[in-house]
Amino acid sequence: MARKPTFEVLVGTHGDTVLRVCRAVVGHADADDAWSETFLSAMRAYPHLQADANIEAWLVTIAHRKAVDIIRKTARVATPMAVPPDINVVADQGEVGHNPDLADALQRLPPKQRQAVAYHYLAGLPYTEVAAIMGGNPAAARRAAADAIASLRRSIPSNAIKK
Amino acid sequence: MITEHDLTNSLVRSVATNADDISRLHDRLAAAAEADGLLEVAYRTIDTPVGSLLLAATELGLVRVAYANEDHEVVLQALADQISPRILHSAQRLDETARELDEYFARRRHSFDIALDWRLSKGFRSDVLHALPGIGYGHTASYGTVAQLAGNPKAVRAVGSACATNPLPVIVPCHRVVRSDGAMGGYLGGVEAKRLLLDLEAAA
Repeated sequence: MARKPTFEVLVGTHGDTVLRVCRAVVGHADADDAWSETFLSAMRAYPHLQADANIEAWLVTIAHRKAVDIIRKTARVATPMAVPPDINVVADQGEVGHNPDLADALQRLPPKQRQAVAYHYLAGLPYTEVAAIMGGNPAAARRAAADAIASLRRSIPSNAIKK
Repeated sequence: MITEHDLTNSLVRSVATNADDISRLHDRLAAAAEADGLLEVAYRTIDTPVGSLLLAATELGLVRVAYANEDHEVVLQALADQISPRILHSAQRLDETARELDEYFARRRHSFDIALDWRLSKGFRSDVLHALPGIGYGHTASYGTVAQLAGNPKAVRAVGSACATNPLPVIVPCHRVVRSDGAMGGYLGGVEAKRLLLDLEAAA
């Protein structure tokens, strides 16, 4: 019989991936809340989860539902904010390992595209799994991710991508 | 032209996290779980003269103390199997236990005043462990004497196995149980740890 790891092990193993996914889907400002709500819900449900379940896909599924709630809430109250000028300055200085232009471009994509990109490219889930989380079929999930990559490519000058 | 590979790599970097982010969110989760009654087992480790001790507590009280030689990861997995997998590192619930152990190792405390959760000991073994705090600080008792104290004078070997599987060593003083010929006898934390605890108590 498979034994269930402690929840501490779960946070240690998957906390990082879930935070990346949250940042990509709801943006940096709301990512901490999305992460916290995800893991609190997961902890509540954990004793009932099947011991052989795919834990990462399960966590991303919960994160998806929390993100959808947050996107719905912010869409109701917020107006899009202009990019603060200092972000461009940071980008010009070529800060290592971070590309605010790209993070910003990602947030301008429609939610479904952000989700498809996050679940496939950041969580590493196959499109069948991505489709199961988002609803719809794998071909649609693949198309949403491809559209996202195409728009990101158009919105970013080639010299802004650091290898 | 940017390749898809470069773009996705850059995408991963744009949401890069660091250890501080996760550590901060972890602590926030532990506090929220505690507030919602979801933190079934909280644990932390402390450094002591007998090595790193794992301390774990349920909402009822301290449920497990483990020496490093038991392998803390193995002990935590056993707690997940026996009690609940809702286990997080969280120092707060164990602050008082850690403070009292510090005082004990500094020879400023002779007995512990913390709530204990006895669920990991059953039957006669539990009777034995409940009898142990009756052996005062700085004193020792033989396995035979403890068998009497626990209400079954013939169960000398069972006293030995109760001590060897004590889920709350140091706090429940199985280190004060020695052989009737005066030899120290074994100890679940290793004989050096037993020697250190007996010397520490004798010196006070």
